[in-house]
Amino acid sequence: MELLNFFNKKTKSGNVAKDRLKLLLIHDRINCSSELLEMMKTDIIKVISNYMDIDETELDIQISQTKSEENNGTVPVLYANIPIKNIRKANNNELSRI
Amino acid sequence: MSEVIVVTSGKGGVGKTTTTANIGTGLALIGKKVALVDADIGLRNLDVVMGLENRIVYDLVDVVEGHCRIKQALIKDKRYPNLCLLPAAQTRDKNAVSPEQMQKLCDQLREEFDYVIIDCPAGIEQGFKNAIAGADKAIVVTTPEVSAVRDADRIIGLLEASELRNPNLILNRIRMNMVKRGDMMAMEDVVDILAIDLLGVVPDDENIVISTNKGEPAVVDASSLAGQAFRNIVDRITGKEVPLLNLDTNDGFMAKIKKLFGIGN
Repeated sequence: MELLNFFNKKTKSGNVAKDRLKLLLIHDRINCSSELLEMMKTDIIKVISNYMDIDETELDIQISQTKSEENNGTVPVLYANIPIKNIRKANNNELSRI
Repeated sequence: MSEVIVVTSGKGGVGKTTTTANIGTGLALIGKKVALVDADIGLRNLDVVMGLENRIVYDLVDVVEGHCRIKQALIKDKRYPNLCLLPAAQTRDKNAVSPEQMQKLCDQLREEFDYVIIDCPAGIEQGFKNAIAGADKAIVVTTPEVSAVRDADRIIGLLEASELRNPNLILNRIRMNMVKRGDMMAMEDVVDILAIDLLGVVPDDENIVISTNKGEPAVVDASSLAGQAFRNIVDRITGKEVPLLNLDTNDGFMAKIKKLFGIGN
């Protein structure tokens, strides 16, 4: 029984509650609205598009958490996944500059 | 040196009023002079939990508006001679009082009593602002649920923004059997997430329902586990160091039998 519990530990509802709560509070405490995130996304697209051809529809920005090595806890992170469509554009830019 | 303590939570129904009643009565039982203030104007309940609902003549709004003196509105609890209750108005709303008026009221009560315990309404609006206005210290009550802890976190932020730093936490209605099988957040989890000092843990106890039914706070009942938890909290408020209550006592019939014979833990 104890052994079973050990393997089941991650899916126990108490842990589910804890994990949901941690993520929820990161959002609450940062007080970052979805509009703000959307504005940030537009700005990031603008900047990066100057340098490379990115897939705007697949771009994903969110506030999440990651394990920190210090004080063995988790810290909030701004996570951005920006797929590059065409790596050549960067090279072309270099060329045009020459 | 008297102290004004506000009991708050954000979310409703987590046990603010019960906590206020028990802490206040507990403090009175150990000889402190205590005033309980119901700041939940329009939805008063502390009078009922204390069993004093039939003795209300004047209320908090009457005092604030100058219709009566503060002494006239305070209900003396005949069972505990050190305890008084200032009931909320039932027919008015939260806007009948301002934070400045509450502050003045608290300062007046401070002269007469060792402890002034304020029962804060749920929410973060005017009623909350009024209730915390005159307080030196805050106690945040929560239960081990996602919604209650989330609201507690918000309240902690608002308290700190209002210069009420280092609020203390009471974790209410914990069910050890559920924590043990992993279906309830443990005390450590909640304390870890909220990152404030723990004042006490109160188990989910049927005695609370029974004592509320009768209008006698559980803290008086020597056989109630929740009552013991509140007695410990009261001692900690007065500065005593008391270890956390061992809540592993209600494991069921077999565990009790084993304990009786000294088997197991």
